[in-house]
Amino acid sequence: MLKVEGLHVYYGAIHAVKGIDIEIPEGSIVTLIGANGAGKSSTIRAVSGLIKSIKGKILYSPSGASQTDLAGRAPEEIVKLGVAMSPEGRRILPHLTVEENLQLGAFSRNDKDGIERDRDRVYSLFPRLKERSWQKGGTLSGGEQQMLALGRALMCEPKLVMLDEPSLGLAPILVKEVFDIIGEINSLGKTVLLVEQNAFAALKIASYAYILEVGRIVLQGRGEDLLKDPRVKEAYLGG
Amino acid sequence: MSGSLFVQHLFNAVTLGSLYGLIAIGYTMVYGILRLINFAHGEVFMLGAYFVFFGISLFHLPWGVAVIGSIAVSSLCGIFVDRIAYKPLRSAPRISALISAIGVSFLIQNLAIVIFGGIPRPVARPDWLVQVMKVGEVRIIPLAIVVPLVTLALVLGLLWIVYRTKPGLAMRAISKDIETTRLMGVSVNKIIAFTFGLGSALAAASGIMWALRYPQIQPFMGLVPGLKAFIAAVFGGIGSIQGAVIGGMLLGLIEIMAVAFFPQLSGYRDAFAFVLLIIILLLKPTGLMGEKLEDKI
Ligand SMILES: Nc1ncnc2c1ncn2[C@@H]1O[C@H](COP(=O)(O)OP(=O)(O)OP(=O)(O)O)[C@@H](O)[C@H]1O
Ligand SMILES: [Mg+2]
Repeated sequence: MLKVEGLHVYYGAIHAVKGIDIEIPEGSIVTLIGANGAGKSSTIRAVSGLIKSIKGKILYSPSGASQTDLAGRAPEEIVKLGVAMSPEGRRILPHLTVEENLQLGAFSRNDKDGIERDRDRVYSLFPRLKERSWQKGGTLSGGEQQMLALGRALMCEPKLVMLDEPSLGLAPILVKEVFDIIGEINSLGKTVLLVEQNAFAALKIASYAYILEVGRIVLQGRGEDLLKDPRVKEAYLGG
Repeated sequence: MSGSLFVQHLFNAVTLGSLYGLIAIGYTMVYGILRLINFAHGEVFMLGAYFVFFGISLFHLPWGVAVIGSIAVSSLCGIFVDRIAYKPLRSAPRISALISAIGVSFLIQNLAIVIFGGIPRPVARPDWLVQVMKVGEVRIIPLAIVVPLVTLALVLGLLWIVYRTKPGLAMRAISKDIETTRLMGVSVNKIIAFTFGLGSALAAASGIMWALRYPQIQPFMGLVPGLKAFIAAVFGGIGSIQGAVIGGMLLGLIEIMAVAFFPQLSGYRDAFAFVLLIIILLLKPTGLMGEKLEDKI
């Protein structure tokens, strides 16, 4: 569904991503792991259209549609094509209510009934959000904000959902809940690209994984294989 | 001062305050989204008045058509200013856009002199708006009731747009986090244009009513009301629509009442606003309704 070919990302003189290839098959969960500053966020921000100075191809071909190169397109266009992104740090709009945050997630759509249906689905996935639908986003707890960020990313009818460190800063019990929900999102038929530092949980859930180090892919393989790989164990799974 | 005279002053104050408030909304909305002081905003106010004038005297349009037409064209002018003067500078340092704003303001004033002529023109007002009515001891003109009512309707309409519609939701989102708003599928430049359009429409409405209240138009008529409305926006808390309205009202009240109670100060009338600005900036830089601001120009 998504094929990234020879992607480079630049921030002025900084060369953050140095020619990587990634393939995400339809219906799968693929994870991108790596240490701080490896270039994970840069990669998915490039796919989302947030970074302009990139090189390479980002070929997107959801089933039933022709292939498009996302490189050079504006974020709002990319969302319309069915690629949603939940940014690092959640970025909930603090002054908007939970409901308004979700409505904003559906901005690219005009089908009122469909939006309402998806909103209800998000609320049934996250009952706590429903109870707090009139609360301002900024008053939610970290865990609730993460749920809202996930829910919001589901509101644009995405085919591919990209999540940037959804477990960041959450208590272990919530981390488990977040990963369960990612599984559930996937079983709803959404393809998932998951960026994580929690390598263990990410490798367990993902069918395929890429390991990024200072802008390059140093290792890739099936999630379960990488979990057993001694190099991965040493560098990312705490020995 | 007699009670009836006080009531008359009160009407004047609310009228003036309404006119300031309507302009102030445009400053505050644009600032809320772009952190930019749109110095050309006062010029849109002036254009609004001229367009009605020309619509009526040159094209013999009926009042209603001239007013609606002027508001629409002024709105487009505001969008055009953003397009040519601010949009190319979105990613430039903020000071560049500010300088551009001052430049556009001068440009429009001078173009207005060339095109409209520099001589002040009298405005022919519909009689019914200015026929003095006596309610008991109070003598007022209908305009002093019409202006606040129109303003109220416009402000309610605006609040409805901002809090109940999709573009309004996007406006509120952009003001906090442009990048995330883009990720939600919002075309930010369209929403910015929409914001300029709305603010300019209100400024034009204010300009038209101003020309009815003080029946003379000239190319620099936007300068002082524009500056004062900007002060009103800061007073109310820049970024807040409700604050802009309240700030405008209070400024109108202060100006009219100060002169009413201390007639010997009437020569300093225009200075009150600036004294007020200095006091707010010293005591409460975020204004009455303002939230904390990280970096203000
Ligand atoms: N806006 C920016 N300007 C300059 N350099 C940047 C910018 N954003 C990221 N970088 C640099 O690009 C490199 C990759 O950053 P990126 O945010 O993609 O890493 P990451 O893998 O997501 O890290 P983390 O796990 O800490 O989020 C880093 O060296 C970072 O300093
Ligand atoms: Mg990151």
